[in-house]
Amino acid sequence: MEKESIKKEVVVVGGGPAGLSGAIEAAKAGARVTLIDENDRAGGQLFKQIHRFFGSSEHKAGIRGYDIGKQLLQEAKDLDVEVMLNTVVWGIFKNGLLGIKRENKTEILVAKRILIATGASENPLSFPGWTLPGVMGAGAAQTMINLHRVLPGRKIVMVGSGNVGLIVSYQLLQAGAEVLVIVEVLPRIGGYLVHAAKIRRMGVPVLTSHTILKAEGKNEVEKVVIAKVDKKFKPIKGSEKKLKADLVCLAVGLEPLAELCWMAGCRFFYSRILGGFVPLHNKNMQTSIPHLYVAGDVSGVEEASTAMEEGKLAGIAMTESLGYISHQEAKKKKNVIQERLLALRQGPFGEERNQEKEKIYEIF
Amino acid sequence: MNERVENHPILGKAKHGKELTIYFNGNPISAYEGEPIAASLAAAGIKVFRYTSKNKEPRGIFCAIGQCTDCVMTVNGVPNVRTCVTLVKPGMRIETQKGLGKWKKKV
Ligand SMILES: Cc1cc2nc3c(=O)[nH]c(=O)nc-3n(C[C@H](O)[C@H](O)[C@H](O)COP(=O)(O)OP(=O)(O)OC[C@H]3O[C@@H](n4cnc5c(N)ncnc54)[C@H](O)[C@@H]3O)c2cc1C
Ligand code: FES
Repeated sequence: MEKESIKKEVVVVGGGPAGLSGAIEAAKAGARVTLIDENDRAGGQLFKQIHRFFGSSEHKAGIRGYDIGKQLLQEAKDLDVEVMLNTVVWGIFKNGLLGIKRENKTEILVAKRILIATGASENPLSFPGWTLPGVMGAGAAQTMINLHRVLPGRKIVMVGSGNVGLIVSYQLLQAGAEVLVIVEVLPRIGGYLVHAAKIRRMGVPVLTSHTILKAEGKNEVEKVVIAKVDKKFKPIKGSEKKLKADLVCLAVGLEPLAELCWMAGCRFFYSRILGGFVPLHNKNMQTSIPHLYVAGDVSGVEEASTAMEEGKLAGIAMTESLGYISHQEAKKKKNVIQERLLALRQGPFGEERNQEKEKIYEIF
Repeated sequence: MNERVENHPILGKAKHGKELTIYFNGNPISAYEGEPIAASLAAAGIKVFRYTSKNKEPRGIFCAIGQCTDCVMTVNGVPNVRTCVTLVKPGMRIETQKGLGKWKKKV
């Protein structure tokens, strides 16, 4: 296999904010970088995000997600990063070998360093009727309205009040749909309160301690039953409400998309706070397999801002290990980034994530 | 039925590709070049894309990014095509798939 393989230096899998930032940083240091994404455009999650981003200006806050994606892609191209779109990485094997597929052709690449920045996938939620057409991931609904400009439903029940649930609800309203209600099983709202306030001002009730009981309909969703839950998350009898709805959006969390890391044989750590099993990594974003690095949601579900910083860390560490930059210079750069990451991981949610990341570095 | 978002407060007016016709179970549907089959069908209000083999349960779009295979249909005689990541072509014949589908075309 190694004989027929195409030689590359640094290969980045995934063209979201983490992968793009890693590719840019590695190319700046002088490495030859190849960036691979399965979509027909780079940007990852950013391409669906039409809202102004939260965070600091250093992290391009206030700029709309899709514009951030465009800026990063341009920067990568200006640095001569080789961008392979419509290309899936289906396997990562020993000695830096990668299996890719494009235009129905399979090819094998061999790389000196690999950055896995594959992001996260949406969690499903099962309840009677959850497989009916008209039940979909919130991200799916977002893809339909913002990319394809088609409404997948008009009367919507959103399940989950994290930032994804809140933001997608807002975007569904902007696209002309009606969001009947957002239900949240916990006694408090999961996302930032500014987003929740905005949604409430537009007349959408956000019901905490509520869940979806079932979706009904012959061939597609026609009715949805929601109910209040008690302290043990058990539905309270008599509190059921039946709503006429044609779309249920699930925004119940994301899980690191780490198949390639499993395949490569990385060691893992389970973290509820970071979304599930995450590949163990150190502060250089290096996994238990020395030439393999991770960054962004795949190394723990967070935000685009942290994904970009982690990508940069990996880019610097990879090129440092290849001898493109001195240890001294690398250390200086990495310290600045670590400080920014610390600043980003503040507040009630951030603090928790910071502790979890520290735990991972320690176990490593 | 038209479920298209033609005007959007942030994205502006929709920029469509060339208009073309595809066929859903034999019926003509208008579509735009550059969009996936699932988008054209959803725009026409179609939600059921296939029925499962065992329990004959309906399925439709679930992830919209090619990961779950819920949206597979028979396209030009070829079963199990993920319609959310397959772009429309003029004259395409799209059929609701029953179970694992049947090959109608020799390849
Ligand atoms: C609705 C919503 C709103 C958000 N709002 C904000 C916000 O305001 N501010 C903020 O900071 N963050 C926000 N986020 C979070 C942010 O979008 C993510 O944290 C960020 O995109 C993660 O970046 P990433 O590079 O790790 O992964 P992604 O952006 O998910 O990119 C991963 C890429 O890898 C590709 N890929 C995966 N597997 C393969 C493979 N095997 N072969 C080839 N390609 C592959 C994927 O298709 C994808 O393009 C929001 C997220 C959502 C869903
Ligand atoms: S909807 Fe999941 S693959 Fe098409």
